[in-house]
Amino acid sequence: MSGLTLAYALAFYFAVVVLVVGVAFKIGQFWTTPTPLKIPLMPAPMTRKGVGFRLAREVIYFESLFKSNKWIWIFAVLFHAGLVLVVLRHLRYFTEPVWFWVVLVQPFGIYAGFAMVAGLLGLWARRFVVDRIRYISSLSDHLMLALLTLIGVSGLMMKYVARTDIIALKAFCLGLVRFDLQPLPSDPVLLLHMGLVALLMIVFPFSKLLHVPGVFFSPSRNQVDDAREKRHLAPWAAKLDTQSKI
Amino acid sequence: MAKTPEFEIPPFRTELENPALVEGAMAHCQPFIAAPEHNTDLGFPGELVDNWEMKAVEKLGDLLNKNRALRVYLDSCVKCGACTDKCHYFIGTGDPKNMPVARQDLLRSVYRRYFTLAGKIAPGLVGAKDMTKDVLDDWYKYFHQCSQCRRCAVFCPYGIDTAEISMAARDIMDHIGLGTKYNNEILGKVHKIGNNLGLPENALINTMEGLEEDVEDETGITVRFPVDKKGADVLLVTPSADFFAEPHVDGLIGYAKVFHQAGINWTVSSHASEAANFAMFIGSYEQMHKVAQRIRQAALDLGVKRVIFGECGHAWRVAYSFLNTLAGPWDFLDPKYPKPQHILEVTYDLIQRGAINLDASANDDKVLTFHDSCNVARATRMGDVEGGQFIIPREVIKASVNKFVDMNPDTTHEKTFCCGGGGGLLTDDLMELRIKGALPRMEALKDVVDNHGVTHMAAICAICKSQFAKVMPYYGFPMDMIVSVHQLVSDAILLGTKE
Ligand code: SF4
Ligand code: SF4
Repeated sequence: MSGLTLAYALAFYFAVVVLVVGVAFKIGQFWTTPTPLKIPLMPAPMTRKGVGFRLAREVIYFESLFKSNKWIWIFAVLFHAGLVLVVLRHLRYFTEPVWFWVVLVQPFGIYAGFAMVAGLLGLWARRFVVDRIRYISSLSDHLMLALLTLIGVSGLMMKYVARTDIIALKAFCLGLVRFDLQPLPSDPVLLLHMGLVALLMIVFPFSKLLHVPGVFFSPSRNQVDDAREKRHLAPWAAKLDTQSKI
Repeated sequence: MAKTPEFEIPPFRTELENPALVEGAMAHCQPFIAAPEHNTDLGFPGELVDNWEMKAVEKLGDLLNKNRALRVYLDSCVKCGACTDKCHYFIGTGDPKNMPVARQDLLRSVYRRYFTLAGKIAPGLVGAKDMTKDVLDDWYKYFHQCSQCRRCAVFCPYGIDTAEISMAARDIMDHIGLGTKYNNEILGKVHKIGNNLGLPENALINTMEGLEEDVEDETGITVRFPVDKKGADVLLVTPSADFFAEPHVDGLIGYAKVFHQAGINWTVSSHASEAANFAMFIGSYEQMHKVAQRIRQAALDLGVKRVIFGECGHAWRVAYSFLNTLAGPWDFLDPKYPKPQHILEVTYDLIQRGAINLDASANDDKVLTFHDSCNVARATRMGDVEGGQFIIPREVIKASVNKFVDMNPDTTHEKTFCCGGGGGLLTDDLMELRIKGALPRMEALKDVVDNHGVTHMAAICAICKSQFAKVMPYYGFPMDMIVSVHQLVSDAILLGTKE
C-alpha cells in the first residue's frame, strides 16, 4: 500500500475522532451548563411539543433569518440545502449495495453541488460588498468560506473537468469503513478535495461551525413559556435560596 | 421646549435606509462611573482592582459555567450579519460597535483568547484579543449602549441575545470594581429604603393620601390608596415612578379606580415599594435574588392572597419570567390566580366579565397608538394564549378609547423598538444616546401622526414613559403625548356604576 493511501487513511481516522470527540465534548458542555433563568424569546410555545416545532422551523427553513434578511436567507438556504443533498449523494461511496433512496438522490445531488457553491459565493460576496458585514468579518470567516467553496468546486471539477476513478475511490472509502485499506487514486483534484474535507472535520469543533449543535441549545429558542406555572431553578442558584430563606 | 443639545438630532429617514458606518461615532459616550460607596454597598469592590485583567477573565470563566446562554451564544455566532441593522442604537448613531454582533464581539474576542483553542493559538485569525485597558474601555462604553431589549435576538438564526452578553459584561465589570453610578446607586436605595427613588415610608403614605384627596375632589367618590394594609387580598407592586411622575401617576390612579370598582381589597407595601429590579440591568443574579426577596417578604408580612404588578416593562420581565425562580415557590398565594399577575390582566379580565363599566367616549378627544415595551413584548406574556402581551393591552385601550391605530408592523409586537432608555440607561449622562436611540420609534410615531391623526401614544413601562416624556420634544412632539394605559382606563371608567 502506498504512503499516500496510508496518509489519507490516517488523516481521515484522525479527523473523524476529532470531529466526534470534539463535538461530543461541546454538546456535553452545553448540556451540563445550567440555565439560571427562563429566557425564551416571546411569544414562545407553551408546551415542549411547541418548542419542537419552533426548533424544527429554525433548522429546516431558517424562520428567523427569513424575517431578518432575504438575501442572507436565500444564500444560506442554497448553501445548506445543497450541502445536505451533496452529503446524502456521497453516501454511495460508503454503502454497498447503495441504499435505494441514496440512488434516488443522485441526480439532485449534482444540482445541489452548484446550489451550494452559488450560496457560498453569495455569502462571501456580502462580506465584501455590505459594509456592515465587512466590518464584522474576521480572517477566519473568509477562510471558512474559502475552505467550503474549494471543497465544492473541487467536487464539481471531478464531475465535469477532471474525472476520477470512482470505482477505486469507492473501494478506498469502503476500506476505511471496514478497516481494510484499499489504494486511493492519486488524482490531484481528488486529493485536494479529500484533504480539505478532513481539514473541515478537524476545525469543526473549534470554530463557528459549532452553530450546528448550538442552534438546539439556545435557551431563547428551546425553552418553554411556563415560568409562572413551573419553578425553574439552577442547582447553583438553589444554594442562594437556602442561605437567605424567608 | 427642549434645550438645544450639542449634538445633532438624527433626521427622520425617508426610506428607512441603514445609516452609513461612522467608526467611533459614539466613542465619547459613557455613563458616569460609580463612586466607591455605590459599589461597596452592593458588595462589589469600590474601585478598579489591581489585577483586574485576571479577575475579569476569572469572572467570565465563572459565568460561562453558570449560564448556558452565554456559552452557547459566544460559540454559535456565524457572523452572518442578520442582526447588524436591527438595533435602534445602531440606527440612531451609525456607530458600528452598536451593531449587535459587533457589541457581542467585544466580549467574544476575550472569550476566544482565553477559553478557546483557536483563540489561544491563532488570536489574529479569529479576532481574539487580550484583556487590555482598551478592551475594558470599549466594554464600559458599548455595553452601556445596549438597552437589553432583545430585538437583535428575534432576527438571529440562533436566537443569540445580546442582552445576555451585555448583562454578563456588566456583571464582570462590577466584579472588578467598575460599576455605573446610575444603576448601583439606585440598587443601594432599594436595599436601604425599598424603592429606586429613595421615597421613605411616610412620604409614600403622604403621597397616597394626596392621591385619595385628588380623586375625591375630581369625582366625588372616595377611592382608597392603602399602604401596608395587613389582611388586604392584593399586594400591588408598582414602579416607584407611579407615585408621582407624570404620566405614570395617572396610571396608578387608574389601577386604584379599577380595584375600587371591582371591590378588590388591595394595598401597596412600603417595604417593597418598587416593582423594578435594576439588578437585572447589571446582570447580577445574586442582587436580583436579594431585591426579589423583598416582595416575598412583603407578601408574607401583609398576608395577601395575590400579587399584582403595575405597568413596568423590565419589572414585568423579572416578575413574569424570574420571580418564581428568584423568590418562589408562591404556594401561599391563592392558586386561582396567576402568580404574579399583571394589572392589565386583571383589568382585561374585569372588562371581559362586565365587572367594570367603561365609557370610551370620555377619550374621544384622542387618537391612540400603542408602544409595545421591549421587555414585555419579547420576554414575557400576559393572559393564557401565546402573544397575549400584545392582545391584552390593545384590548384594554380599545375598551377605553374609540380611536386606535397601530404603528408600522415592523416596529410593533415582537419587532418593537426599545424606547431608547431601557436597560439601566435612563440617566441624563446618556442623553445623547437616549435621543438618538429613540429615532426608529419616533419615525413610526411620526408616520401615524401624519397619516392617521394620532394624538397620543400609550405605554406600559415606567422607563418608556419617562424616556418618551423627555425625548419626544427633541423630535417635535409634545411631552404629554405619552400616556399610561391605565390613565385611559381612569378617564373612561364609570365609577359608582357597580357597587
Ligand atoms: S444574527 Fe446571530 S449569528 Fe448572525 S451575526 Fe448576528 S448574532 Fe451572529
Ligand atoms: S439587545 Fe437591543 S440594545 Fe442591545 S444590541 Fe440588541 S437590539 Fe441593540
